[in-house]
Amino acid sequence: MNALLLTAVLGVVMMFSSFLLSKKSIIRNLAILGLASVLVVNILEMSGIIFFKIDTKGMIFFDRFALLFNTIVFASTLIYFLLSSRDMEKVGTNYGEYFALIFFILCGITLSSSFRSLLILFLGIEIISIPLYILTGSDKKNLKSNEASLKYFLLGAFSTGLMLMGIALIYGSTGTFSTVDATTSGSPTSALFIAGMLLLMFSMAFKVSAAPFHFWTPDVYDGAPTVFTSFMATIVKVAAFIAFIRLFSDEFGNIQPRWQLLIALITAVTLFIGNITAVFQQSVKRMLAYSSISQAGFMMMAIYAMNADAKEGLLLYSAAYCLATIGIFAVLIKLKDYSFEGFNAFSKQQPLLAATTTIFLLSLAGIPLTAGFLSKFYMLRAAAMTGKYLWLVIFAVLMAVVSIYYYFRVIQAMYFKEGNGQTVEASIGFKWSLILLAAIIIILGIFPNLLIYWLYF
Amino acid sequence: MIPVLLIVIPLFGGLASFFLKNEKAVRPWALFFSFSTLAFSILGLTILKNNSWLQYQVSWISNLNTSFSVKLDGMGQILCLLNAVAYPLVFISTWKTNYKKANNFFALMLLMQAGLMGVFVAMDALLFYFFWELALIPAYFLCSQWGGERRIAVTFKFFIYTFTGSILMLVAIIYIYLQTSNHSFDISAFYNATINDKSQGWLFWLMFVAFAIKMPIWPLHTWQPDTYEQSPTAVTMILSGVMVKMGVLGMIRWLMPVFPLAFYQWGDRVTWLSIIGMVYASLIAIRQNDLKRLVAYSSIAHIGLMCAALFAETQSGMQGVMIQMFNHGINIIGLWIIIEFIEREFGTRKISDLGGLAQQSPAMAFLLVVVALANIGLPLTNGFIGEFLMFNGIFASTVTKFYLPFTAVAGITIIFAAVYMLNMIRKVFYGETNSLAAAGYSLRVNEKMALAIIVVFVFVIGLYPKIFLNITQETSEFILQKVDVSKFFKR
Repeated sequence: MNALLLTAVLGVVMMFSSFLLSKKSIIRNLAILGLASVLVVNILEMSGIIFFKIDTKGMIFFDRFALLFNTIVFASTLIYFLLSSRDMEKVGTNYGEYFALIFFILCGITLSSSFRSLLILFLGIEIISIPLYILTGSDKKNLKSNEASLKYFLLGAFSTGLMLMGIALIYGSTGTFSTVDATTSGSPTSALFIAGMLLLMFSMAFKVSAAPFHFWTPDVYDGAPTVFTSFMATIVKVAAFIAFIRLFSDEFGNIQPRWQLLIALITAVTLFIGNITAVFQQSVKRMLAYSSISQAGFMMMAIYAMNADAKEGLLLYSAAYCLATIGIFAVLIKLKDYSFEGFNAFSKQQPLLAATTTIFLLSLAGIPLTAGFLSKFYMLRAAAMTGKYLWLVIFAVLMAVVSIYYYFRVIQAMYFKEGNGQTVEASIGFKWSLILLAAIIIILGIFPNLLIYWLYF
Repeated sequence: MIPVLLIVIPLFGGLASFFLKNEKAVRPWALFFSFSTLAFSILGLTILKNNSWLQYQVSWISNLNTSFSVKLDGMGQILCLLNAVAYPLVFISTWKTNYKKANNFFALMLLMQAGLMGVFVAMDALLFYFFWELALIPAYFLCSQWGGERRIAVTFKFFIYTFTGSILMLVAIIYIYLQTSNHSFDISAFYNATINDKSQGWLFWLMFVAFAIKMPIWPLHTWQPDTYEQSPTAVTMILSGVMVKMGVLGMIRWLMPVFPLAFYQWGDRVTWLSIIGMVYASLIAIRQNDLKRLVAYSSIAHIGLMCAALFAETQSGMQGVMIQMFNHGINIIGLWIIIEFIEREFGTRKISDLGGLAQQSPAMAFLLVVVALANIGLPLTNGFIGEFLMFNGIFASTVTKFYLPFTAVAGITIIFAAVYMLNMIRKVFYGETNSLAAAGYSLRVNEKMALAIIVVFVFVIGLYPKIFLNITQETSEFILQKVDVSKFFKR
């Protein structure tokens, strides 16, 4: 509850700051400071210190899972600010507003990770989506950015419509918006209820860009200004996953056999399309867009499995995925040429940036000693624990092998190919932030309990 | 404590090498660390033999029930010794070879050693998997950065191959883990897991593929000749001398005792694969004109014999494999040292371009002949001991009714080995001295030293194998007792 209110207030504060404060560095520092305080109050709430007690009639419930996830989100965003907030200046003139929109998105994430009512879910998802439409189109003079924004808005609005219809159908069959009461009252297996569930599943699959609802992803991620792609592809995506798993464990958990096969199929298709298409990309930015689809496929396994391990694993996965991808994007933003050839001989130009990028890529590929490996391991373990659909597990690991191909292409370009290497300006602070990020990834890769422990203590 | 030190010393040495500014200092630095690893490995074999020194366990990820559990058993001792001996040999014999960014090269080499040590001592499945991959990553960077012309594509093939195998193994590990009584990754829990025969059937293949790719077993060997050819020789020595043993060890420690039924069920078929591979690789080796590829194919044939001997499930075969792992590693490093020398001094690896080297450099010819004869398995040399034990094991096997054809066909490959090895010696060292060889180079002191050490090993093990037989006895008895399927049939 602390973070929910603070992020909303900070959003407004940042909006005012854009015309009250003239210097960009002050705006930036204010945003970083604000976010740090959000992180602090959220951690305080985890240890039982709650500043605002508001009776939400059971519509919002901050359990450990939600709070820990919020902590991951705020920490990742903080690192994102530290690495990339300077690069937002290049996007356009409305520096303060960008921060304001991001704070509103964080507010929406807080809602969608803690809802216990379908209405709050809808509210959370919408609060996330609308600022995102704006951020996507924030590079106003760029045609691609405009196109991406319009595409995202139209398709996003469509999927929101589906979600609303699903919620209406479920309300019709159970008579309540609450996700936890629905299972006890009403008839959870009526045709109305199942239809509502399917509509919700499809709209959530759209939000997490699971195939076959992924078509918007590459274009939008490619068209949006790269700084904001970084934010969309990581933090927003995992937030949608948390909403997804929360919805399906609370509302539909007891009819799991009815949707498990369908989710398994979506998972398999997502993995297949994400990985195979990523192989053929020529631009690293677009490759990362497809890689985000394939990573979504792995995260879908948590929803397929839906057990305690899956939830632990999803938290670890969101942390590992966010941190690694934010790191790669932070380096990518600094480059002018986004093609694979643009990375040629990058290690000679910037040995430190290349080394940290390698760690991020290894983590995404799931090589041991990085957080990426353990998170994939948790997913596979959770899926194996269900004891069903062994083919999904084998298929997933084979797709992980495919993913090696495109992640290692970047490493090959950086280290083994000849070229001049792009010149990059990287400040000392930027380098230290990258080192910090790489260190976190490796530490989580050896001691995941440092994170998961917080779920239970 | 010893196994921990064996991992930590090269790990620390490697990480520190990245930050060494002085590229000249990095060689003695790396050599120092490899010698200290060797010292501790010998200490573990001789003085500090009690369990408190050879074992170490500490909880790691508690909610997964996995621990950092390492132990040196007989097989582990031999392989750690091999790994510890190989590194100083490699460093000494390539002392004069120049590398760009030498500190990164030596850092990655030492990191690879740490990973290999971990594989040999890990007694926890997840830890084993960790080290298994960690040994691979430095190898990838080493081969891609310092290798030959086609290095990037070839190394990538190697990496994809082995990664596919290992991630399939990960699936198998997770499934066995779920079958253990207390959901634990500990090796004893794996040995006691109750897995029905149907699941054993397919889980066996998931794991077998990982090990078979690493060893490599025909038809999963296609990465190997290219990779050995394109890697820098120092790395090839480690890849062929030490890293292939990961696969053999994995089979003995993680495959046989965990799936005894499947091991029995698929034994004949896998043995056929390895026997076919032996003949196939030997025939190709006879036709090779490139020294590196010749040795690469001969290595496939030797490894095939090890695999066949494992599936015979006899005491003699098992001990033969364990001893042969060491011998093969030592001998093949000797061959690589000479090939490296020839390539450097004469600028070619083509057998047809060389001739009559023995007249100008007799010392090299003598040393090569010893190593080559050991590789063929001539009595008095270490190769004979290992191969005799393995053939004996295959012939005495009670689990297969094809023991006679297996022994016969595998025996033929020994003749093939003599053909390609002696042929190579004849063409390269004897015959007319051509213009290329007339210049005459002699081995450097460091190379002579390294080769002398290898020759000592060749004869010591060849004449007095009892040392190694004693070390491996307990382990092989234990494995064989686990793998014995007859207890499943008795009522």
